[in-house]
Amino acid sequence: MNPTEPLIFERSSPGRRCFTFPVCDVLEKPITSFLPQGLLRKQEAKLPEVSEVDVVRHFTRISQMNFCVDTNFYPLGSCTMKYNPKINEDTARMEGFTKLHPYQPVEQCQGILKLLYDFEQMLKSISGMSAFTLQPAAGAHGELTGMLIIRAYMQKKGETRHKIIVPDSAHGTNPASAALCGYEVESIKTNAEGLVDIKKLKESFTRDTAALMITNPNTLGLFEKDIVEICKIAHDAGGLVYCDGANMNALLGIARPGDMGVDILHLNLHKTFSTPHGGGGPGAGPIGVTEKLKPFLPVPRIEVLATESTEIAEKKIGEANSRSSRHPHNSVSSVNSVADLFHLNYDYPDSIGRVRAFYGHIGMMIRAYTYLLSLGKEGVCKVGEYAVLNANYLRHKLKKYYDIPYGKACMHEFVISARKQKEKGVSALDIAKKLLDYGFHAPTIYFPLIVEEAMMIEPTETESRETLDALANAMIQIATDIEQHPGIVHDSPQTTPIGRPDEVKAAREPKLRWEIGSRVG
Amino acid sequence: MDYIPNTERDKEIMLKEMGISSFESLLEDIPKSLRNFSLTLQNGLSEPEVLKLLQDLSKKNTHTNNCISFLGAGAYEHYIPTIVDHLASRSEFYTCYTPYQPEVSQGTLQVIYEFQTLMCELTGMDVANASMYDGSTALTEAALLSIRLKEKNKVVCSRAIHPEYRQVLRTYLKGFGTEIVEIDSPEGITDVNQLEKAADNKTAAVLIQNPNFFGCIEDMEAISNITHKYDALFVACVNPISLGILKPPGEYNADIAVGEGQVLGNYLNYGGPYLGFFTVKKELLRKMPGRIAGETVDTMGRRCFVLTLQAREQHIRRQKATSNICTNQALLALRACIYLCALGKKGIAELGNLNLQKSHYACEKLSALDIFEPAFKKPFFNEFVLKARSNRRINKINEYLLTKGIIGGLDISAFYPELNNSLLLCVTETKTRESIDRLVAELDKMR
Repeated sequence: MNPTEPLIFERSSPGRRCFTFPVCDVLEKPITSFLPQGLLRKQEAKLPEVSEVDVVRHFTRISQMNFCVDTNFYPLGSCTMKYNPKINEDTARMEGFTKLHPYQPVEQCQGILKLLYDFEQMLKSISGMSAFTLQPAAGAHGELTGMLIIRAYMQKKGETRHKIIVPDSAHGTNPASAALCGYEVESIKTNAEGLVDIKKLKESFTRDTAALMITNPNTLGLFEKDIVEICKIAHDAGGLVYCDGANMNALLGIARPGDMGVDILHLNLHKTFSTPHGGGGPGAGPIGVTEKLKPFLPVPRIEVLATESTEIAEKKIGEANSRSSRHPHNSVSSVNSVADLFHLNYDYPDSIGRVRAFYGHIGMMIRAYTYLLSLGKEGVCKVGEYAVLNANYLRHKLKKYYDIPYGKACMHEFVISARKQKEKGVSALDIAKKLLDYGFHAPTIYFPLIVEEAMMIEPTETESRETLDALANAMIQIATDIEQHPGIVHDSPQTTPIGRPDEVKAAREPKLRWEIGSRVG
Repeated sequence: MDYIPNTERDKEIMLKEMGISSFESLLEDIPKSLRNFSLTLQNGLSEPEVLKLLQDLSKKNTHTNNCISFLGAGAYEHYIPTIVDHLASRSEFYTCYTPYQPEVSQGTLQVIYEFQTLMCELTGMDVANASMYDGSTALTEAALLSIRLKEKNKVVCSRAIHPEYRQVLRTYLKGFGTEIVEIDSPEGITDVNQLEKAADNKTAAVLIQNPNFFGCIEDMEAISNITHKYDALFVACVNPISLGILKPPGEYNADIAVGEGQVLGNYLNYGGPYLGFFTVKKELLRKMPGRIAGETVDTMGRRCFVLTLQAREQHIRRQKATSNICTNQALLALRACIYLCALGKKGIAELGNLNLQKSHYACEKLSALDIFEPAFKKPFFNEFVLKARSNRRINKINEYLLTKGIIGGLDISAFYPELNNSLLLCVTETKTRESIDRLVAELDKMR
């Protein structure tokens, strides 16, 4: 079978049709009777002209050129590529959710609002935070929202602080998000144990520092054992602590950022809470805050109006109507039962505002909510335990063959260094590519930046002992091969749909769209 | 149900191999004080129990399949061909990661490349990225790009842009002390004279939505010309469905064209996830935020695709990146891709025409009732504003319609206090003549 599939444009043939619309059932008039010629498109958009079978085969074939969680193990550090339960897909696709318009009156949306409200309560319990917003579209968007909250909080206190401290092991989004809010970013070096250097932090965290952005467990997979003191240092200097929750999978049922003293936390639903990565999105990055930061959360907030008697409920709805007349879809008329009534509250004068249109990635909330209902209390606790167990088991199996620069044990992931192998002329990249030939997705490589030839491995709790053994065996085989014949690792991958691409060419001569006669290969 | 394959027995075997007596010893670094909490979650449920619970919740919502809806305002009901769900439900697409390993991600990369091409074709722009969170954040990133590139800190923006988009813009720009000047639209489109006075050499960008929030079509050419007099970037926020018939941004010299791609084969989903798209002139390529797929060759000289121009991005540039964005909406871009391929060259033009015909039919019929008149006299696409005569209250009208299984339009007075008693209605190809006539008949009964 030819491993490549032409572009859909190259399958185009004049006059060929796939989908057709119903015939226009109102009296059709010339377009120019509605719109002057000058507003119309001169040249039609050259979309492909293809049949239904063309479209189906095209997308089916190209899908088969992907590795995915359903076909391969992805030990991709910091990405938590756990299994994505199928039931979540079914619930998110129920038409009572997919065909709901965001501006329908809230009385018509009580099912989804209850779901979102209950989901927030679950996240609060798991994280120890006091309140959540579900608006941010992704982890980085959550970081941005968090930074905006920090700024609003400081302004309210009458302080202008200019600096955010970020450890050098942090994800690149951390400094980028802080900079996007106009903050200066100060990087602090990781100490010999792979942790935040408390002494340095104390020196750096001045009255001009708005917050520390920390990841716990950090990107080396190590728990910041001084986290309570770290938070205290920030608080004593009048600052705040933002926690990047990318690594929350390690902590499920084991510890809670809210208890550590963290002020703001984002969660990645596409990591910890099993929603699929979708080839790069959509994800979702809800953030949780402490009580004092609640007034600054984005609006609208999902709230419950009434649990008491019908009479009180009616009264409260009346009040809510007069308060929220600023917004169209809150035209609550009456309530039929004494049940809770959920609504969208815009009445937070200190709120940072909106960070996106509407309310967030609702489809991802439904999936994550389904997941938490399935897991329940016991299941949630098992996630953290088995994620940590699996990582330590793999770490133990690999430690004789690869350099592990930090720590005696790890949380849900660990970082090895291929510097020994590099001496033989084989890089982390080569090892990663060789793993593809063994049928495993590569680990995250060259991150964190503080480890030379880094390979970051996160197995997640959804892999079995046998799968972990198979990955370990492949990595051990590669390490052994490098000792004996380093050359054989260079030419990988060989079994994938394509060989290594020329990335330099792609960047130097950017070809970013198809045009007739533009084919280079 | 917990999706964890390893059993207690596996755990014992693993701990034994590691030479560890108990799992707890792996958690020695966590202070004891942090281990003492209890989760207030319920017990786990079985699959049929979870399905029942979610089914019950979903049934509490009235949705656009069990009533007739005329809501638009940034989220639109369009028919989605069956193949979109079938193909996008392939788990090779939805359970894979960002295509960092191109050798095993050609499927996703080719989709992004095709998506970029399709968006360039629709908008008439040179380059597209792999997508943004939604229309509002795409518009905001366009403003940020302009501010950065032009090293100027003023943005002129039409008040006829979706009110929530403008709120997002304000939220993001607060930290930069950017001056945001809003231009009125008393006649349904942006007041060009007022805009001409507001724009100056300090202006980094002029932002216009087309069709705008009221459904009206703006004079994009005139505004583009004014913008370029002041060395500012012209940012067009467009509805891609309208581009089947309307002049695309490339034809009126827009520098950046962004918008909401939900309309391209994605469900309403109560507001998300949606699909922002971002396209630019080629001069702005290296200033663009977000992921970009590019064409190259592999070791055997075969055509293939990779993520490229990553030197702009946060994982390389950290605080100096063009944006903090590190994802795109790949799965929704895939749906848009399949959708546009299913429609094809003829279909996208037919769709534009259907929307135009039906919305004008509805507007004409409704305006003929003596309870409404069109609020504006400007050309429109598939949305229009009706103003109730004699101070009839819009919420009363909508409440009455709801009892008849019809979700009326959006009462826009909340966003635009000066437009009291006004209703924004949307009529897409999904509305049959019969359903439009029913709306008209029900309103006629209210006289």
